[in-house]
Amino acid sequence: MPRGFDPPTGWTPDQPLVAIEDVHKSFGEVEVLKGVSLTVRKGEVACIIGPSGSGKSTLIRCVNALVPFQKGSIKVLGIEVNDPHLDKLRLRKHVGMVFQQYNLFPHRTALENVMMAPVQVLKRPRAEAEAEAYALLKKVRLEGKEHAYPGELSGGQQQRVAIARSLAMHPDAMLFDEVTAALDPETVKEVLIAIRQLAEEGMTCILVTHEMGFAREVCNHVYFTDRGVIVEHGPPAEFFAAPRDPRTQAFLSQIL
Amino acid sequence: MTARVLPVMPPLPKVLRRDAPLPRLRLSLWHGVALAGFVVLTAMAADAATEPAPRAGVLAVLVRWSPLLLRGFGFNILISFMAMAIGTVLGAFLGLGLVSLRRPARALAWVLTEFFRNAPWLVLLFFMIYMLPFRIQIGPLSIALPDWVKAVIGLGLPVMANVAEVMRGAVQSIHPGQWEAAESLGFSRNQQLWQIILPQCIKRMIPPWMNLYAILVMGTTLASIVGVNDVVTLAGQVQAAEGGRTDLLVPLYGYVLLLFFIYCYPIARLTQRLERRYAVRI
Repeated sequence: MPRGFDPPTGWTPDQPLVAIEDVHKSFGEVEVLKGVSLTVRKGEVACIIGPSGSGKSTLIRCVNALVPFQKGSIKVLGIEVNDPHLDKLRLRKHVGMVFQQYNLFPHRTALENVMMAPVQVLKRPRAEAEAEAYALLKKVRLEGKEHAYPGELSGGQQQRVAIARSLAMHPDAMLFDEVTAALDPETVKEVLIAIRQLAEEGMTCILVTHEMGFAREVCNHVYFTDRGVIVEHGPPAEFFAAPRDPRTQAFLSQIL
Repeated sequence: MTARVLPVMPPLPKVLRRDAPLPRLRLSLWHGVALAGFVVLTAMAADAATEPAPRAGVLAVLVRWSPLLLRGFGFNILISFMAMAIGTVLGAFLGLGLVSLRRPARALAWVLTEFFRNAPWLVLLFFMIYMLPFRIQIGPLSIALPDWVKAVIGLGLPVMANVAEVMRGAVQSIHPGQWEAAESLGFSRNQQLWQIILPQCIKRMIPPWMNLYAILVMGTTLASIVGVNDVVTLAGQVQAAEGGRTDLLVPLYGYVLLLFFIYCYPIARLTQRLERRYAVRI
């Protein structure tokens, strides 16, 4: 049973940890998601790829209720996200998110960034949260940078702090929204190493990414989205070797 | 016709900005020296122009009345402190109203802000002087409202509206990703505002807030029109006490100008320094 998972939702480990079913989302007149369904089991790593504007980011923002959607269902550990009475805090204890722009809190040090939410949201004892924050920063190879402010760190370092900050909440699943898109090429690798390490430890991950090599090596399942629908999906070996849909073929030929 | 380059300076690249001196005009110490020289010169000129009659030189008059004028100036400072304090506290609440999620609260805050930001200070002062009673009775307690208290309130209101606007601007200048990150970590709306957004805002608010204070200090002279014994009122009284000597006018008010310069100059300098420092950090 995952930590902090109190009220029963009928979820059992043989069910998908994240179940997205027929999700529709419009911004005003523009429909960005037109019935998307996918499931991610515990310990799986799902990659969502596709051209910009295809709704990838919107989809994973729907998963932790950062954006509301009009129709369909997303269940995380049995918690229905499309519910006006959703306890968002309860959902967010289970789902961590890392952003393209890192979004670290610039007025707090790396260490404080990591321990703020455990102390203030989970009400954990300070000393305990601090000890864990040190351990998490060590895990993402930022030993010695604990007291640096975000402005003093490189993009790759900031993004690893952001990963540690999410992990400090002990999530059951992690969402990565194009986390390497804003980085210098030479720092992309250190962030990918941290994510790969997480995946190998069995963390359930949903990644929106343009790193095809990474998707091929680390993912269990690849989803290709275009204009608000999932065009094609499959295990990376098949998906990259023999894409069936012409749109997928066109996209892959451009990017690889 | 040949194309002409507009006489506007392009923004400097950020790297240059930190230590490189800005190639623009700034208040500096020699402006103050020039102003002091102006007072002395006009005093001497006034002396030279009049007959060496059995009356005191202009500089001697200024020195003699300095304690009174300085006390009057202290009163200006006091009024500015109190108006700033009231305006900042009320303005902070009003600013929170401007960014409130509740529509009625936002609408009310907007009306108050726009009204007091766009009303002339002097009109507000007159309004307060004539609208407020000179004594408030709260049960057995009777509080006197002298003119200077009314002036504090009258000046505090536009300060309030400006502080609210500064606050709204600061909150909206924070990258939306900060809210999203805080939200996805499970922070409540209140925690997001108080722990993450406002601490970042305060830094950005300090320079415009200090700028507002400097403007307020100069605005306190308006209180002289509604009968408060501030430095401008006293300067008039000094001139009258000296028998209405017209040769006193220019040096006397030059002296008052100098007092304001000496007080506001360090504030302006500090504001600029903070602006430059904060421009680089975030």
